[in-house]
Amino acid sequence: MQALTNKAQAVNRKPMTFLERLYLINIIKGMMITFSHMFKKQPTIRYPEEKREFSPVFRGLHVLNRDEEGRERCTACGLCAVACPAEAITMEAAERVEGEEALYREEKYAAKYEINMLRCIFCGLCEDACPKDAIYLSETFAPANYTRKGFVYAKSDLLIPNPKTEATAFAEAKGVEA
Amino acid sequence: MTILALDWGFIIEKLIMIAIVVFASLGIALYTTFGERKVAAILQDRPGPSRAGPFGLLQPLADGLKLIMKEEIIPNAASKWLFILGPGLAMTASLMTCAVIPWGSAIDVFGRHVELQIADVNIGILYVFAVVSMGVYGIMIGGWASNNKFSLMSALRAASQAISYELAMGLALIALLMTTGSLSLKTIVEQQVQGHWWNIVYQPLGFLIFFITAMAECNRTPFDLPEAENELNFGYHQEYSSMKLGFYLFAEYINMIMSSAIMASMYFGGYDLPFFNEASVAPNIAAMIGVGTLLIKIVLFIFLFMWIRWTIPRFRYDQLMGLGWKTLIPLALFNMLVTGAVILAKL
Repeated sequence: MQALTNKAQAVNRKPMTFLERLYLINIIKGMMITFSHMFKKQPTIRYPEEKREFSPVFRGLHVLNRDEEGRERCTACGLCAVACPAEAITMEAAERVEGEEALYREEKYAAKYEINMLRCIFCGLCEDACPKDAIYLSETFAPANYTRKGFVYAKSDLLIPNPKTEATAFAEAKGVEA
Repeated sequence: MTILALDWGFIIEKLIMIAIVVFASLGIALYTTFGERKVAAILQDRPGPSRAGPFGLLQPLADGLKLIMKEEIIPNAASKWLFILGPGLAMTASLMTCAVIPWGSAIDVFGRHVELQIADVNIGILYVFAVVSMGVYGIMIGGWASNNKFSLMSALRAASQAISYELAMGLALIALLMTTGSLSLKTIVEQQVQGHWWNIVYQPLGFLIFFITAMAECNRTPFDLPEAENELNFGYHQEYSSMKLGFYLFAEYINMIMSSAIMASMYFGGYDLPFFNEASVAPNIAAMIGVGTLLIKIVLFIFLFMWIRWTIPRFRYDQLMGLGWKTLIPLALFNMLVTGAVILAKL
């Protein structure tokens, strides 16, 4: 039969010599290999003390953004909910009333905004869909929880701290991205 | 009124010795489990247990506590008394071996001359053999009494393994006994202390056979067929929980320590520290150095056991039998013949 490639190699089928049949030499060779691993660097990351660096494009928990004056950017247009392939986002819109101009940037805002982190697949399509730059994915991931309800993140869990009143908390939440 | 003229000092001395040796071997066994996990981890580029205490040193205590706190389960279909007897027997048999091991030469305490050996019986090695072969009853009884197919299978394997390897072990020893001319472990060690060479020089092949069979007797990988995790589901351990399981696991480690001690005593000079003149220091200190030397030898052997365990995969059952009957026994016979011929030629 003609070979398709020249990668094929003939298998060596010559009978084992006496020394090979003793296996002792090979066992000692094997033991030397395992012994040499005692001096190798361990790839382990000791988790709570050390943490693995995430890639700069890591998509973690969502953050609802504010503008420079601390007003919520979200206008509850619902594009993120439409874009979401996992249908994890729910929201209810409300109209801004007189005197709330410092709280909400546009005339409409999200009165209720929930993301179910058990449904979310962290694809980032909501981030892409948002015309107001109001939602983005941060570099943290959802911590463990005892109940399913605990994974439904309400608006208060998602909203970034106010840059005016809590500048340091805002900077921390903002991270390196955005 | 004295009914029996007993040397109470002698009895107290021996009781203290027994307590020290038993608790020391339990303590060492405890830390051998830790050592096993650490060695395994390091050989596999992992850190191993490192959370409990500094460097994870409290890990064995946590493991022991966990085992004690677990629920005792005795299966309905199990034969209750034998089920309990099994681990007890395994533990007793492995601890009994330490009675004849000479841990050191002798020390003088409170004007008494104390031999650092519980019993210097003149048939020391035969005693060890008798006790070691008792150890397999623990596995057999436990495995059979569990009334579980895997456990029964493992008990059968343990029994046949013990039979086929004890033969080669005995034959390897006979060659050694022909050169030493004594069955007493103390005498064998003393000969090596006085003489120029350790017995390993005279009996390298014998030692190799003894080492392999000792590994098989301890049910260590590559001979751990009775507990084979992936085919027998831990074999005779399977129905056991809580401290009864702990006893089995412990017995295995104590067996390892004892066989290391016996190998060190018989082939590696026991408590003899080479290139060291015992007469140059006080006798008590010399004896203590001897004990330390033996312990170091034991630790090295245990490390070797572990190193092999994490290098070589388990034998297949037919390979195990083939190695025992077709290789080790003829080799041991050959070794015996050569030794005999050399001794005759020297006469």
